[in-house]
Amino acid sequence: MKLEINNAVCGYGSKKVIEDISFDVKSGEILCLLGPNGVGKTTLFKTILGFLKLQSGEILIEGDNVKNWSRNRLAKAIGYVPQAHTPPFPFNVLDVVIMGRTAHIGPFSSPSKKDVLIAEEALETLNISFLKDRIYTEISGGERQMVLIARALTQQPDILVMDEPTANLDFGNQIKVLEQINRLSKNGLAVFMTTHFPNQAYLCSTKVIILQKNNEFKMGQVEEVITEETLKATYGIDVRITSVKNQNGDKISACIPLLN
Amino acid sequence: MHDSNSSDIDLSIKSKKDVARKFDKKWILLILSVLLIATFAISFTLGRYAIPLSQLFEILFSKLFGFQATWDATIDTVLFKVRLPRLLAAILIGAALSLSGATYQGLFKNPMVSADILGASAGAGFGAAIAMLLSFDAVGIQLMSFAFGLGAVAITTVVSTIVGRGNDSTLLLVLTGMVVTSLFSSAIALIKYVADPDLKLREITFWLMGGLSAIRMNDLKIILIPMILGAVPLLLLRWRLNVLSFGDEEAQAMGIDTSRLRLITIICSTLLTASTVSIGGIIGWVGLVIPHLARMLVGPNYSILLPTSLLVGGLYLLIVDNVARCMFAMEIPLGILTSVIGAPFFIYLLMHGKRGWV
Repeated sequence: MKLEINNAVCGYGSKKVIEDISFDVKSGEILCLLGPNGVGKTTLFKTILGFLKLQSGEILIEGDNVKNWSRNRLAKAIGYVPQAHTPPFPFNVLDVVIMGRTAHIGPFSSPSKKDVLIAEEALETLNISFLKDRIYTEISGGERQMVLIARALTQQPDILVMDEPTANLDFGNQIKVLEQINRLSKNGLAVFMTTHFPNQAYLCSTKVIILQKNNEFKMGQVEEVITEETLKATYGIDVRITSVKNQNGDKISACIPLLN
Repeated sequence: MHDSNSSDIDLSIKSKKDVARKFDKKWILLILSVLLIATFAISFTLGRYAIPLSQLFEILFSKLFGFQATWDATIDTVLFKVRLPRLLAAILIGAALSLSGATYQGLFKNPMVSADILGASAGAGFGAAIAMLLSFDAVGIQLMSFAFGLGAVAITTVVSTIVGRGNDSTLLLVLTGMVVTSLFSSAIALIKYVADPDLKLREITFWLMGGLSAIRMNDLKIILIPMILGAVPLLLLRWRLNVLSFGDEEAQAMGIDTSRLRLITIICSTLLTASTVSIGGIIGWVGLVIPHLARMLVGPNYSILLPTSLLVGGLYLLIVDNVARCMFAMEIPLGILTSVIGAPFFIYLLMHGKRGWV
């Protein structure tokens, strides 16, 4: 499965936020989107999800232009993991996860036994089956984020689009979520996620796009893109990039900001 | 695979628990249905012209098998021409307002909205007031009320679309609804101001306070069609309403055409609300309080919440209308009573309910 963005122009109404961007993400890859606030990360992924109209260019899934796809068809291909927020009603966690089946269920039907099983499987995959009968509004932010990932998995998509999946999570939960994302991608999902932390890109992404002001962007392999110079140019701060070895002896890079 | 046995057992325990939970909730629907039927039967015997339950069954039995009437003709009129349609109307109106309110609370992701949020009640009230000012007959008043109820919501929808320039935001819809409601309320006040105080002002005021005393079988027959047209699609689509309450973007990402689903639910809810106002006047608080009560009973999942709201709503208004017609020597307007009971009850629910929105 391959998601391809060709010469995309994205924006709201007549305002263009991103011009002429092209990239692709294939199954097994994790593409991290970095960039300062207000540069158009959200605009770009909302366009990919079809919330905003693509102003020009094309979005292809498996070579097929999604322009005339129904919401339903798109939902079967792309799962969306939003930032965890609190819905107005105290839904059961399992009920929330089952909602991921919407695209697979007829408009007048309710979820079948099979749908419930798929939802339970998704909870199992993420090791959060213990949350099943809890109330979604009463669990922690980290747990809620995991539940939303489970909901997207229940959708059985080929591509996951995640909006800052580690936002508002404590340090441990951030890493747990990243571990799950890595696992999912190894199992064949294509992942496209936004993040504010270059280190997260080092930890799990295979490709990176950095959006900069004035409509410039850099993309490529993590090591090529996330450099001291690029981060300085993007965020206006000084950083040093260093590396350590992990338990398998592989090199892990990390960037450390320098305070003035 | 050494632990496959234990996990099998686990699984069977889990599924049993699931079945038990589903079972409980299905039971609630059954209990509510029985309660509704029982209350309906008892309500039949209550009133200024009270008859014992035994005689009621005797009469029903005789009617059913076509026996000779051994009872007074007045009883016949009171029971079947006056009381029966009134009881049915109370159930239908309570059910319709609750259904519509529960739907809107999900649609607008807000537990504080009720059935009249987009202007249906104010519009319907205005239509009725105009009709009374122009001395229309009962059917004319109903038709005008119904038409203006639909019209007000149409105005809200169109204006919010124009203001939003294509971005369909539910917040904009609610704000426009408030404006339209306010405009129609002012228009009602204006009509009251110019209406003849001895005849028409009285009639309009009473009508707006809500009441079911004038309802006859024919009124019900007319109103049943829009009510069914409104209720059936909502009940069929009810599971999808869950997804809407997570917001437009998430619902879209899960495969829902949100603009279309929203339009369908607004049309259906408006049909329900406008129907109720056109025969019963403005009966407040039902569409706000009952969905909360139902949510306390069965949780927020619309699969079960919607049928529960429907039954609880019907039961509630049936009981409140019994109070309205039997409690005092003079009948109390139903709309006043639902507010007097509904407002403190709502505070009670706020204190004891499981709130997801705070």
